[in-house]
Amino acid sequence: MKTFNGRVVVSGTVTGQALVSHGGFNTLASFQRALMFGDRKATCGDQNNADLYGKKMAGKVLCLPKTIGSTTGGLVLYCTCAMGRQPACMLFSEPIDSLAAAGAVLADVWLDNCSMPVVDSLGQEFLDYVKEGMTVTVKEDGVVEISG
Amino acid sequence: MSKGVMQLTQEQQDILDGKEGEVLAKVMKTLVMYGSLFGAESMEKVTGTYNHLVTSVGVTALKPVYDLIETLIDAGAVSSKKFTADPRPMDDNMPCSFLQNLVFKKFMFSRQESYEKQLQKLGLLEKDAFTCACYLPEVGNTPKMGDVLSWSESSAVVYANSVLGARCNRNSGILDLMGAIVGYVPKVGLLTDEGRKASWKIDVRTTSKPEAQLLGSCIGMKVMEDVPYITGLDRFFDGLDDEARTYLKDFGAATASNGAVGLYHVEGLTPEAVQQGQALLKEGYQTFVITDETLKQTYENYPVVWKNKDAKPKLCFIGCPHMTLAQLVDWTHKVDKALKEAGNRKVCIPTVFTTAPDVIKAFKKMPEYSILQDTGVVLSFVCPLMYMENPLCNRMPVITASNKLRTYSTAKYYTNDEILRQITRGGKDA
Repeated sequence: MKTFNGRVVVSGTVTGQALVSHGGFNTLASFQRALMFGDRKATCGDQNNADLYGKKMAGKVLCLPKTIGSTTGGLVLYCTCAMGRQPACMLFSEPIDSLAAAGAVLADVWLDNCSMPVVDSLGQEFLDYVKEGMTVTVKEDGVVEISG
Repeated sequence: MSKGVMQLTQEQQDILDGKEGEVLAKVMKTLVMYGSLFGAESMEKVTGTYNHLVTSVGVTALKPVYDLIETLIDAGAVSSKKFTADPRPMDDNMPCSFLQNLVFKKFMFSRQESYEKQLQKLGLLEKDAFTCACYLPEVGNTPKMGDVLSWSESSAVVYANSVLGARCNRNSGILDLMGAIVGYVPKVGLLTDEGRKASWKIDVRTTSKPEAQLLGSCIGMKVMEDVPYITGLDRFFDGLDDEARTYLKDFGAATASNGAVGLYHVEGLTPEAVQQGQALLKEGYQTFVITDETLKQTYENYPVVWKNKDAKPKLCFIGCPHMTLAQLVDWTHKVDKALKEAGNRKVCIPTVFTTAPDVIKAFKKMPEYSILQDTGVVLSFVCPLMYMENPLCNRMPVITASNKLRTYSTAKYYTNDEILRQITRGGKDA
């Protein structure tokens, strides 16, 4: 088991299977199809993301450097949370970007029944180490434990 | 949620404490939490005359957003600034099949009418105030240098910051509205002098004026969200005139969509670069040289995601972001001349020029309008990106002169000259 320490953006505890995007995660391109056509498993629709395209994102531990793309990104993330199609948590290797932060804050403040812990600044070593399917546990204080 | 230390004024603290109602308190709480994540120590007053919102579409998938907006309206928490919004997703002028129209109206944008009513209650500037190029003079949402904004729409934010010298972060949808509701935004990033300094020096050494959309793409992919300071580009312009502003509009949109640039400086051209010069460069900045070969490689590396990569194009979009009036006039003459040279009366590929409703009104009063009609080109206020979201449209081979549209859709990007060749000669040489 390997442990990483990050900054808590939204606190919470969760254990789940990792899904890893090594490039920037385009929130709109990834979730739009799933939201528009009622896909509860939130299959990634971003053809430019070879790591995630076609994979189910709902309930997974989404590991990524940052999000990129349209300034609708925050509200798209908010909608995925409101509709219960969000990842189990989001783990950023870099400091969180403004669009992902907006989505995380909006969900935290405005939704009563949403839980999506968010931790950032986990470092490049975290993103190099974690692989798809690994079991990841996120703790309240931003500690992330990864086991094969 | 982690919290930094933010010093609020008494007025801001009162709002946060709920003295103006629970909903406004939540709006302020959202902004304070968001700002704290980025180390904001205070809030800055929004001083721009008007706001601009990215969310202009009534799509079922965004129901939670409309519910949130209804909560705001019910509580009287409407925008303190009138605002413009991004383009509408549908226009009856657009070439559409019966089935495509059915998908647009019955499935994708069935909430458009009700959402526009919400926008009017929130403070929409006027009923047709829908364009991504809200800063064009015909539209009238043109911030002044130093204005603090709470805008979203990446192409509008980068233009306001870079070409107009306003101060605005790359806000997400909803956050843009919340800043305008309370009239304050977290003082962080591009709102600060330090945040406006460049960490990249980009040296343009091309032998001729580079294609705006290509140069912007190349720089955006290199610097991502950083601020670039660009040298060697001002030699192609006579100051910040209409031609330069149009060029920078398209250039900036490409930097913002192919990367995440919110501000760029062009030496000798953009206002802060003219005032401060290379003092805008941060200590330890990185350097990147762009030559003809760099741009050629960028162009050749774009993936083509059409099923049949050699398919004959069925539609062409020009105007993402929306075209300026001068651009419409220029393209009209270019298409007309090229058609005559090719011996053709109408464009060979259905072609749509997109621009703001107010620009369309102005263009219709000009002699070029009838010339454009004769070429068969359609003039529309639609958002090409939203058009391409229709599953029946995104499987069509569409070509475009927009690097933003290329990034967010299946459309294939061509340079302006190649687009002209495609639509006037069907891609054949003269």
